[in-house]
Amino acid sequence: MTTTALSVRDMLVVYEDFAALNRVSLDVQHQESFGIVGESGSGKSTLLRAISGLSAFQEGSLTVDSRNFNGRKRDREFYRTVQMVFQDPYGSLHPRQTVDRLLLEPLAIHGFDNVDARIARALDEVGLGSGFRFRYSHQLSGGQRQRIAIARALIVEPKILLLDEPTSALDASIQAEILNLLEQARRDRSLTFVMVSHDLGVISHMCERLAVMKSGEIVEILPADALEKRQFSADYTRQLLVASEGFRRD
Amino acid sequence: MTPLLTVDDLRVSFPTRTGKVEAVRGVSFTLGRERLAIVGESGSGKSQTGRAIMGLTSPSAEIRAKKLAFGETDLLTMSARQRRDLRGKRLAMILQDPKYSLNPVMTIGRQIIETLKTHESVGRSEARARVLSMLEAVQIRDPERVFDLYPHEVSGGMGQRAMIAMMLICGPELLIADEPTSALDVTVQLEVLSILDKLVADRGMGLIFISHDLRLVSTFCDRVLVMYAGRVVEELSSANLHEAQHPYTQGLLNCLPQIGADRHPLPVLERKPEWAL
Repeated sequence: MTTTALSVRDMLVVYEDFAALNRVSLDVQHQESFGIVGESGSGKSTLLRAISGLSAFQEGSLTVDSRNFNGRKRDREFYRTVQMVFQDPYGSLHPRQTVDRLLLEPLAIHGFDNVDARIARALDEVGLGSGFRFRYSHQLSGGQRQRIAIARALIVEPKILLLDEPTSALDASIQAEILNLLEQARRDRSLTFVMVSHDLGVISHMCERLAVMKSGEIVEILPADALEKRQFSADYTRQLLVASEGFRRD
Repeated sequence: MTPLLTVDDLRVSFPTRTGKVEAVRGVSFTLGRERLAIVGESGSGKSQTGRAIMGLTSPSAEIRAKKLAFGETDLLTMSARQRRDLRGKRLAMILQDPKYSLNPVMTIGRQIIETLKTHESVGRSEARARVLSMLEAVQIRDPERVFDLYPHEVSGGMGQRAMIAMMLICGPELLIADEPTSALDVTVQLEVLSILDKLVADRGMGLIFISHDLRLVSTFCDRVLVMYAGRVVEELSSANLHEAQHPYTQGLLNCLPQIGADRHPLPVLERKPEWAL
């Protein structure tokens, strides 16, 4: 039986007079990989930020692991369950901290023991050896930084991973490596993914179901294989699909 | 007939504390009035090739080539001043992100007029009229309004159109576009590309399109140069992309996730040291 890992009901996020999220509802099952696509300004990142507590939502409800949350207050237990990986690997790591410090911080916050072994194992899991442990982030390439960001999220053993465009700042060849790494981690740890991307190809590769968003609303929710069979109803989904197939001269 | 651009054995190197780093190591090609794509990953030297042709390489770098000529003119022996006259007039370049490449404290209209006045002596009202008609040509619906807007007041797609308008206002013969759509949304990308495509075709310009997206450029350009570690490893016509011989090109093509292709895990590129030789 599948159970709901994360449930969003009528979520409303308003900035001054602008509704960035206009009553969005979705359910993500345990161990499911759920994708969100849309162009910039569609509210897909706002949704992730509202779930993770980085921005507040004014109305609606959020249920994670059968616990309710509102506004932007999240307790420590929430962050043991939910971790996030951001888009820009150049902006999401502290420039004055070594990889060791970066990975130690979440462990200290959540009171883990055996930190040494955990850091070594986390680095190993993301395919970076212990040689990277005492480097600064500016000594790493974009792909290596994103691996560290993933290690930092996985080190507290979360159940749900929120991924905000984890590969769009990377080269296509590095993207493939990171996507493989994420899939491997999901298999090994039975993780639940909520993944945001503007790239339909990436979402259909990684996710079982996806939501298409536009102007702060969900246009439709469909299984990933419906894209291939072209079984969707919204015209906007078709536009995105055509756009993802590349340029055509008419 | 002399080709529009001749590049023979171009080398760009940067002095660093640990010795000289060659970013471009012997690139050769000729360009007619066609659409040529240069594809590669970050660090492959594709942008430095474009910048060397434009004359925008950092002054500390060393540029060498057997020949680097724009039509009959030798770009290597030109003075900085002559280079400046050429840039914007006969050679133009579109950069990746309009957020950073437009002047934030000047309205869009004034910036485009500035380009025009640098190269041609035109009166104020004529300049305005030409800028407005250029903005219309890049399919900006309300050119009068956009003329007086600052870059932060327009969207990315609109900014990139303004950039294209600025680059084409003097009617260049060669346009270099360095990742012109990478910062834009997928749907906007196609609009900008089709505008660019139409203008390049109508005006008979040569185009060098620099990108990391092999699939995108293959649908847009006639010919593709694939670069790796500062060298051209393969040259293909876009129609024969699937016949790519070099393992690096094949790797670049294969590593993209596609709708309807169930490949888990995705094939990854295994870089061989001998490719860089």
